[in-house]
Formats: sequence, C-alpha cells, structure tokens
Amino acid sequence: MAGADGDDSLYPIAVLIDELRNEDVQLRLNSIKKLSTIALALGVERTRTELLPFLTDTIYDEDEVLLALAEQLGNFTMLVGGPEYVHCLLPPLESLATVEETVVRDKAVESLRKISHEHSPVDLEVHFEPLVKRLASGDWFTSRTSACGLFSVCYPRVSSTVKAEIRQHFRTLCSDDTPMVRRAAASKLGEFAKVLELEYVKSDIISLFTALASDEQDSVRLLAVEACVSIAQLLPQEDLETLVMPTLRQAAEDKSWRVRYMVADKFSELQKAVGPEITKNDLVPAFQNLLKDCEAEVRAAAANKVKEFCENLPEDSRETIIMTHILPCVKELVSDTNQHVKSALASVIMGLSTILGKDNTIEHLLPLFLAQLKDECPEVRLNIISNLDCVNEVIGIRQLSQSLLPAIVELAEDAKWRVRLAIIEYMPLLAGQLGVEFFDEKLNSLCMAWLVDHVYAIREAATCNLMKLVEKFGAEWAQNTIIPKVLGMANDPNYLHRMTTLFCINALSEACGQEITTKHMLPVVLKMSNDQVANVRFNVAKSLQKIGPVLDSNSLQTEVKPVLEKLASDQDIDVKYFAQEAISVLALA
Amino acid sequence: MSAISASEKVDGFTRKSVKKAQKQRRSQGSSQYRTQSAPIELSPLPQLKDAPSTEQPELFTQKLQQCCTVFDFMDSVADLKSKEVKRATLSELVDYVSTNRGVLVEPAYPEIINMISSNIFRTLPPSENPDFDPEEDEPTLEASWPHIQLVYEFLLRFLENPDFQPSIAKRFIDQKFVLQLLELFDSEDPRERDFLKTVLHRIYGKFLGLRAFIRKQINNIFLRFIYETEHFNGVAELLEILGSIINGFALPLKAEHKQFLMKVLIPMHTAKGLAIFHAQLAYCVVQFLEKDPTLTEPVIRGLLKFWPKTSSQKEVMFLGEIEEILDVIEPTQFKKIQEPLFKQIARCVANPHFQVAERALYFWNNEYILSLIEENIDKILPIMFGNLYRISKEHWNPTIVALVYNVLKTLMEMNSKLFDELTASYKADRQREKKKEQEREELWRRLEELRMGATQNNSHGLPNAQNNNNNNNKDMDNNNQQQNHQGPEDTSVSEVITDSDGTTATAESSENTK
Repeated sequence: MAGADGDDSLYPIAVLIDELRNEDVQLRLNSIKKLSTIALALGVERTRTELLPFLTDTIYDEDEVLLALAEQLGNFTMLVGGPEYVHCLLPPLESLATVEETVVRDKAVESLRKISHEHSPVDLEVHFEPLVKRLASGDWFTSRTSACGLFSVCYPRVSSTVKAEIRQHFRTLCSDDTPMVRRAAASKLGEFAKVLELEYVKSDIISLFTALASDEQDSVRLLAVEACVSIAQLLPQEDLETLVMPTLRQAAEDKSWRVRYMVADKFSELQKAVGPEITKNDLVPAFQNLLKDCEAEVRAAAANKVKEFCENLPEDSRETIIMTHILPCVKELVSDTNQHVKSALASVIMGLSTILGKDNTIEHLLPLFLAQLKDECPEVRLNIISNLDCVNEVIGIRQLSQSLLPAIVELAEDAKWRVRLAIIEYMPLLAGQLGVEFFDEKLNSLCMAWLVDHVYAIREAATCNLMKLVEKFGAEWAQNTIIPKVLGMANDPNYLHRMTTLFCINALSEACGQEITTKHMLPVVLKMSNDQVANVRFNVAKSLQKIGPVLDSNSLQTEVKPVLEKLASDQDIDVKYFAQEAISVLALA
Repeated sequence: MSAISASEKVDGFTRKSVKKAQKQRRSQGSSQYRTQSAPIELSPLPQLKDAPSTEQPELFTQKLQQCCTVFDFMDSVADLKSKEVKRATLSELVDYVSTNRGVLVEPAYPEIINMISSNIFRTLPPSENPDFDPEEDEPTLEASWPHIQLVYEFLLRFLENPDFQPSIAKRFIDQKFVLQLLELFDSEDPRERDFLKTVLHRIYGKFLGLRAFIRKQINNIFLRFIYETEHFNGVAELLEILGSIINGFALPLKAEHKQFLMKVLIPMHTAKGLAIFHAQLAYCVVQFLEKDPTLTEPVIRGLLKFWPKTSSQKEVMFLGEIEEILDVIEPTQFKKIQEPLFKQIARCVANPHFQVAERALYFWNNEYILSLIEENIDKILPIMFGNLYRISKEHWNPTIVALVYNVLKTLMEMNSKLFDELTASYKADRQREKKKEQEREELWRRLEELRMGATQNNSHGLPNAQNNNNNNNKDMDNNNQQQNHQGPEDTSVSEVITDSDGTTATAESSENTK
C-alpha cells in the first residue's frame, strides 16, 4: 500500500481474496457483504470466470460468512450479465444448499428460488432442474431437505416429461427415511400441491398427504395439518369429504398434543378451506373437543380462535351453533385451571358480543365478562379491559362499570410494574368511554397516584397519560383538576417527585396552551431553579427549553432569560450544559 | 403493591428465587391418562409364590394384563385402592422375574412387552415451563412415577434375566419399540432418563440387529436438536450410551462413524445448553481420537470453526476439551494443527475474561503439552509472543499477569535466542500491524468510492478498477482479460499487493490457504 501514493487504482479481486483469507471473521464477513461492489468493479465476464469459481471453492467457512454469501448471490443476476447467464450462480448456491447449518441452507434455497424465475424455460430444464435432481438424490439429508423447497418453483415451467420426474422425486422425499427430510417435504406439500394439475393433486398429493399425516413422528404429522389447508382449497367441494376429511378428523384426535395444537392453531384457515357444510357437521364437534382438550396448550390455541370461528360460521345457523355448542365450552374455559387458557379466551371473548347482539350479550356473555374481570390472573383482567370497545358498541360500558372499577383499581396497584404500565395505557380509552364525570369521581386519584410510583417507567407513562387526558377533556378541565396537584408536587421533599412536576409540565404545556403555561406553570419552574439538587436544576433548564415555544417573547426575555443565565453559571457542569443548550435553542443569547 | 415486601422491591432476584422455590417439585402427568375413560377397579390376585407351579404362568399373565391399566396420578385421591393393588402387583412381578428361573416362557413375551408399552409409551406433555433451563430450574417430575418406576425396574430385570432370549424378544422389541423408547428420552424427569439409559444400553448390547437402527435414530434426534428445536432433555444420557458404543467400534472406523463424528458430534458444540452434556460429548470425541488419531486434524479444525464468540463459559469448556484432546494427541498430528490451534490459544490468553485466560494458561502446567510446545517452539513462540507480551503489561487481573510471566519464562527457556529477537522486534511488528490496518481501511474506502462511481454511471464508472496482472498472487496468474481499458496504466496496484503480502500477518495467512 506504501506505493499507492494517493492514486485510486485498485485490484478488487485481489483485495477480496486477501480479505477472504483474513483470520478475522468480521473482516471476511465485511468483504462478502460488499461482494456486489467487487463484482461491479470486475465487470460481468470476470465475475463469471474468476469470482464465482473462487467463491464456489471457498465454501468451507464460518456459517456467518456463508449466510452472507448465500444472500448476496440471490441478487447477483445483473452482475453476471443478466438472465442469459444467471445459471452461473447455480454452482456456489448448490454447495451452500448442502451445508449443515439450517439458516445458511434456507437462505441458499431462498436465493435459488429467487433466481429460478430469472431462468428461461430452456435454462430451467438444462441447468436448474438437474440441480434440483442432484440435491434430491444427495447422500446427506441436508441436500434432500433443500431440494424440497425447489420443486414448486420449477414445476410450472418445464415440459411434461420433466414434470413427471419432479413428481417422482417429491414422492420419494416424502417417504425418505430421515425425519428431517420428511418434515421438509411435509412443509412444502401445500405449496407443491398448488402448482400441480388438479388430476395429480388427486392422484399424487392426496396419498402423500395421507401418508405424512400418519407418520410415526408427530413432528411430521403436524406439518401435514398445515398442508391440509392448501390442499382443501384446491379440491372441489364434493371431493373433500372422501379425500381430506378422514385425515383431518384423525389429526384433530391425534394422540400427540402437538398435532392437536396445530389443528387448533390453523382452525380458522381449515374452516374457510372446507366450507360451511363440513364446518357444521364436522368442525363444530371437533372444535368443541379442542376447547375441552386435556392439554392446556391445545385449549389455549383453540380459545384464541373462538371469535374467528364464530364469525365464520354460516349465517343461517350461526346463532344456534354458538348458543348450543360453543358457549357451553366457553363458559367452562372462563374457570379453566390454566391462566394461559383464560387469558387467551379473555383476549377474544368480547368480540362475541357483536356477533350475538345486545340481548344475548347481556344475558349470556356479561356474566362471563364480569367473572373474567374478577379473575385472579392480572393478564386475564387486562385482556378484558383492553377490548372494552367491542362491548361498548353493543351494550354500552355502563353495564360493566360497577365491576370494572374494582378491577381497574386492583390492576393499578398490581405488584408487577408491567401490569401497572399496561393499565395506564388503557386509561385514555377508558376515560373516553366512561366520560369525564365518572373519571373525576373514580379514576382521577389513580392517575395522580401513578405520578409518585417508585418505578420510573410508570411515572413516565403517567405523565404521558395526563397529556392524553388533557387532549381529551380540554384545558379547562386540566386547570381545575390536574394542574394544582401537579404543581403541588414541586414542594415535595423527594426530589424525584419534584422532577415529576417538571416532566408533567413538559408534557402538558402544549396541550394547555399559552395562558395556563405562562400564568401557572412558568412561575413554578422558575422557582425550582433554586432547588438544591442539581438534577432538578438542569431539568428546569430542559423544561424551559421545552416550554419556551409556548411562551410569548416578553416572558421569555424578562423571566426565562435571567434564570437561564443564572443556571448557565451554575457550579454543576450538567446544569451549565443544559442551560447553555436552552439559551441557544431559544435564541436568547 | 402491598403484596410485596420492601426487600423484594429492592432485590428482584429474591422474588425470583422465592417463586422458584414454590414451583419446585411440581409434577406432571402425561396426556394419555387424562384422555382415558375411568379405569376399572382392580382387585388383588393371589400371590404368585402361593400358587402351584403349574398355575404360575397363567397367573403371571393375568397379573401382567392387570398392570396394563393406567391411572391418573394428577388426581391424587382417585382410585387409591386400585393404584395400591397395581403397585403391589408390579413390585411382586419385579421380584418374580429377578429371583425365579424358567419364568420367561415364550408366550409370556408378548404379554410382558404389552404391559411395558401400555405403561411407559405415552406422549410427553408440554413442558409447564416453556423456557425450562436445565441448569437453573427444577425439573417437572413424572406424576405416575410410583408405577412407572416399577415398570422400568421390571423391564430391566426382564432384559437381564439369564433366561432372556433375544431371538424370541426381537419380534416384540423391534424398531418401533426402540423409536418410542428414544422419544421418551425427552422426559423432563431425570429419574426416568436414568432408567431409559440403562434399558437402551441393554437393548443395544443384546439385539445386534437393532444397533445400526439405534445409532441412526440417535443421529436423527441429535440433528433435530442442533438444527431444528434446540431442545431435547436426554442429550447427555444418549451421549453417555454413545460413549461406550464408540469404545466398542471396530477398526478401521466405518465412514458412517466418521460422518457421525464430524457432522453431528462436532456441530453439537454449538448448542446453547452445551454445559449440560459437554463432559459426555468431550468423552465421545476423545474416544474417537483414541481409536483413530488421523481424525485429530479435522476435529480440531471443526472445534476452531465453532469456537464460541460471545460465551466465555463455553469458551472455557472448549479449552478443557482441547486439553483433553492434546493429552492423547500424537506428535505428528500436533504438527498439523499447531498453527491454527495456537492462534486461537493466543486469543484466549488475551481474553479479558480472566477465567478464559486462566484456563488457556493452564495448558502450560501440562507436562505433555509442554513437551509438544518445546518440540515446536520455533513455530509456536512467534504466534504466542505478541499477545503474551502485551497481556503481561495490560491485563487487569494480577493472577493472569503472574501466570503470563511464568509462561513467558518457560518459553524463553525453550529458545532464548528467538525470544530475544521477538522482544526486540515487538514494537516494529506492532507498528507494521497498525499500518496494515490503516491500509486496509484505505483500500475499502476507495473500493466504496468506486462503487458509488459505478452505480452512478455503469459504463464509465470503472476506470480506476484497472486490472493489473503483474502481481505475485498465484490465484491471479491466469487472469488475463482486462475489462476496462479506460484510465491510465498503473503499476502501483501490484505494488500494493506485493507490499501487503510482505507483512507478517498476510504472509502467514496466505501460507495457510495454500
């Protein structure tokens, strides 16, 4: 480098190779991440003839470097000369698709899928499809796993002979003796089914689906459930009963809870895919069973789907089905032994009120809401409160307010600060729905109590909450109810509380407007500039900077400026710093 | 807020530990029991020892069938009487197969396997603690252990009975049986895994036809553990079995076994919970190397590839394993890996975490390693010197500094001439390194400028990417196409490369790759 003497001449591939050999992984990684720069500098031909062969040979490296390489190569088409030459990228990606590390392999497959679209149909058969075949018949499971993700991208664009071969390969991988490969095949089954002609879906896919769905390993069976959604969408309604339903019924009653969990988790999709008739006859009882499953995981997954399932029921029989079949299960779940189940239910149960209408809600759902509002687990109560708006639309929140209040008070004082934080965030919403009177009477004192919480995050959220309340109820309300209390804290013996006053002023000044700020807040802030704690003093400087824009120029010059100047010569370095910053921001110098 | 005391507010950890203590000794039943309809009430059968010997086989079968009934242990008050009947029967059965000869008649085999299968084979329930940390948390115990323990006991006595005939049993103890057994290794209950370990070991010993299958399934479990779920409770137990299996491998090692070492055991070092099974894993690795020393180089390179970057705890474990390997290494193998290995050791010695540095420096207390270092001092000293010298002046921990002084002294005694040379050139070397660092930054800066130029104007943006083949880099010798002829010919580029090749670090690295 000594001889470079400022000339910009470079020899990129040498630099790259040098860097690729660097012992420091980070440096190797850097050069790989800038691979496109190098390719650009080399030009398309040398990228093809030198860079790519070099990269293909240096495949043995740390997985992190390989991951970056796999990602880069997916965007390399233009750098090797466009679609005409895109097949040059296949050799390095093929090697990357065989490494052990899943993340690298997946990225290589992703890049291969991406560049497959840039192949012409001829190139696809000449270059791409043979690669897929090689991977599909590789010795080690990794290459076969990767192959599973590539069938669907080349199938639609090849000749019928090659199509037949691809189907054959996919069949073979579905019965591979390595569970990893079967899992990969099962997870791509739905995607592959979508690109197949309907006759082959019926002849090939269904048998593969049935086989995978009764695999000895539950990790394979559960992936077949996912495929079930796609397959059911492809088949005409009259075939579903014979081709799909036996397998689906079996999955819903699988002995492994993981499979049942998957069925519960995909229930809405399954419901849409099989249509209203099968839903009525088969899925309703299956759903009831899942809601009553012996494993809490399954019940929670099913509980999460209650609202969606009910919404998607055929309209003619929706209410009957809910009232006679679903609601009894839901009632049991309200007193479930597992808190995750209850909390999953609480997050959707309010949504049922819009489906069932006012009368049913009052008669059947309200008792459940009230029970959940009294639940011992704070998350359950919180989930109910956070969805109050759904009920408000149907029956009005007043119906709930008697039970609501104790629940809110209890959450507001919960021992876990995250719970307190969560309930604070719903305060503006609650205030809006309950109205100012109710708020003043019951909730105002809570909001003020949070300002002196011993956790900073709560005090901060409480400040922000006040601002939102003022935006909702107006400046006059603020002046009468909040501001006196906030300003009173300026004389608190605890400096943290005195600082809270400043933080509140920062948040409120804009919402309250010039008059209140100048008349009531500014004097307090100015007075606090004499505080004995330096943290308070520099926060005074920060507050002045913040509320400055709200004030008129007269008070800025006559009141703010002298105080800031005094603070700027404070003995504490931080106070000085923030005072000077405020002076320059407010242009008072 | 009143629920928590002041001390808890101050110290969040106390609350965690209190909560943990409450959670301890939770127990868990498995899915299967709860799905079954209410079990029938069991009534006690007569004792086997009181029955005439002609009636014993029939009674034995009846008892086995009776024990197929499973009970719900989550409900501790349900079926108390029947549970006790079953427990007594199981315990009698255990006694019966371990003390009597000639009881394992052929018709009993299917009954025995059926009883065992219906009791132990079950879907393991979801973990009650999804972020279960085996090092910190108490495991969830199996609720039905009072029965299951006896069933495992019975299975073991059955397998160990002198009359046990694998030729008959293999019809029942088949691949499916083994597969289900292996799935149970994921049990959170350590007592269950311990039984499983012994059971699987016995089966591996007695059923030659199942050996390859068992190895392959363990392989699959490990691969899923490494690359898919990162969760399997029985890894340590399976590795322990493998340790003794590897011990019995015939020489030369089959390709399948070597593949298992390189593609499964070595990548297992990347697992998050390595600490739980590292001892067993290192034992397996060393077993392999004792069988076939030529595997040393790939194994050490594999470990270097997966060397922990952020976990000091794991780094200490890796160093421990390296020392175990060095203890059995052959001098010829040592020569093959000494350079990359000692570059890593030099980095460890300079680690700010004193436990890592200390563990690496302890290598110098090992007589055999010391003799290997002495034999190759000309190669090793230049690699180690820079970091040792720097650390002797800079490390914050006085113990490390003291250890480093001792190591430097030892090395100096091995070759004082080289030591003096390195001391003399230390400053110059550091400066050269620094300069090279700056040069590299400069190169990349310019390459970046080039890219900006190129993206702005694709055809005219490359004049500075002048291709000059007049350099001494082997890989470049055949590059004769010159892409862009715009821009002045310039030879300074080749000087750049030549010069940077001249510095120590690059010279070393290019030697490695050639």
